[in-house]
Amino acid sequence: MIEIRHVSKRFGAQVVLDGVDLTVQDGETLALLGPSGTGKSVLLKAIIGLIRPDRGEIIVDGQHVAKLKHGALSKLRATIGYVFQNGALFDSMDVFENIRLGLTDEQQFNDMTYAHERASECLRLVNLNPDVSKKMPADLSGGMRKRVGIARAIAGKPKYVLYDEPTSGLDPVNSDIIDALMTRLKDELGVTSIMVTHDVRGSFRTADRIALLTGGKIVAIGPPDEFKESEVPEVRAFLERDFDLAPL
Amino acid sequence: MDPLWAVGQFAGMVLDMVRGLADVKVWLPRTVDESWRIGVGSLFIVLLISSFTGGVTALQAGYQFTGNIPIYVVGSLVTESVVLELGPVLVGLILAGRIGARYAAELGTMRVTEQIDALESLGRAPSSYLLIPRVLACLLMIPVLVVIADFVAVGTGWIMAKSTLGISNQDFAYGARVYWHPLDGWYSVIKGFFFAGAISLISCYRGFTTKQGAEGVGRSTTGAVVTSSILILLLDVVLAKLILKPK
Ligand SMILES: Nc1ncnc2c1ncn2[C@@H]1O[C@H](COP(=O)(O)OP(=O)(O)OP(=O)(O)O)[C@@H](O)[C@H]1O
Ligand SMILES: [Mg+2]
Repeated sequence: MIEIRHVSKRFGAQVVLDGVDLTVQDGETLALLGPSGTGKSVLLKAIIGLIRPDRGEIIVDGQHVAKLKHGALSKLRATIGYVFQNGALFDSMDVFENIRLGLTDEQQFNDMTYAHERASECLRLVNLNPDVSKKMPADLSGGMRKRVGIARAIAGKPKYVLYDEPTSGLDPVNSDIIDALMTRLKDELGVTSIMVTHDVRGSFRTADRIALLTGGKIVAIGPPDEFKESEVPEVRAFLERDFDLAPL
Repeated sequence: MDPLWAVGQFAGMVLDMVRGLADVKVWLPRTVDESWRIGVGSLFIVLLISSFTGGVTALQAGYQFTGNIPIYVVGSLVTESVVLELGPVLVGLILAGRIGARYAAELGTMRVTEQIDALESLGRAPSSYLLIPRVLACLLMIPVLVVIADFVAVGTGWIMAKSTLGISNQDFAYGARVYWHPLDGWYSVIKGFFFAGAISLISCYRGFTTKQGAEGVGRSTTGAVVTSSILILLLDVVLAKLILKPK
């Protein structure tokens, strides 16, 4: 379970998160929607302790992330897969080594036969040919990099996966494949996940609940059907793409 | 940036590295790779600069020491100035540019492209994977490079003195030995060691704390080179004060 209690974060004078409350149950997939720049990525990073909130607490698997000591935090992080918005592949290593670092179990990490098998398996899961494992990240297309990032995040069979826009920049077929993968991870392995996405339609299909983050707060949260019908003005504005263009 | 805060942050990084030393299996192979990389990679520039330095020192010594000063003093002068000062300091300054810039740029790029975050997200400590190998490789290899530079510079100085001043091998060797203290060789190595610490820690720190994209990487890189060069010059004074006691 991931519990976010009253989390606030500001950068300088800019208040990004302003008292976010959010709970994700075990085995649940939560889609986090919100306009660009509202702090979705900041919230995900706070969950694994890459960003320290100014106020509030985050509890993952019963542990207060901000209060964990080094070793315990590393252990917790090993159970969480994180898909970075921009891939964040290690560019001095080939694709295989990237995915191998995702094997958070030391024994699996050191077992080269297993590592090769698992890397190929994960590449196939994200619809990549296992041959790309010998390529360097710089030699991949943007969408391929994104999918290698997903493969790395799930290689260690994490209990939690945090996806930061897993399907943005992918073609429709690959988007669907990633959506299907997220559903399978949930159904077959019971993975708990938060998925930040701009793909509203996709999120209605894959998520158990949908939350909207704007103005530093979760303004609406609920199952897709409820969310769609929500009367909260921000939700209506977001879904109906209600905006004014500045004059040229 | 608040300097006091920066000092705290730097101390935090060093503390993290001390903690990371427990991960021997992670840092050891990477340290070996990195040592090989900087050792072999820096060899050419170190040979180049040390042979020129030795040669020019001998030429200048010859220029100044004519008349009634015994010729063997050229041997003393070349050896002592190379081993005590020129070898370690020039190698230090060159490597501050070569290694310091590379470390700051590599780590800075990794920071701004979130690769360091990614490493942490996988429960792996950046200190054991990225920092310790770099710092240890410098502490290991830079003193070795300094010793190589000392030998090469004295060697080329000798050859130069012989061919231009006509000093005999016996005279040069006598001069080299007559003012030599056993401490001198160690002093060169100790300087190399401290300069290595300055270069590696400063450049790792600057790279690791890089902010704001390509411009930030550029800033970290120049900052690392300038700061570690200044630190090398300061350490040069401090070490001379502390270690070289006038007889
Ligand atoms: N390290 C940082 N320092 C300063 N400001 C930051 C930092 N990280 C994020 N911000 C600011 O926080 C705000 C939220 O950023 P965030 O990346 O979370 O947006 P987002 O909701 O993920 O947007 P997008 O959908 O475009 O990815 C932005 O205005 C950004 O400028
Ligand atoms: Mg984002």
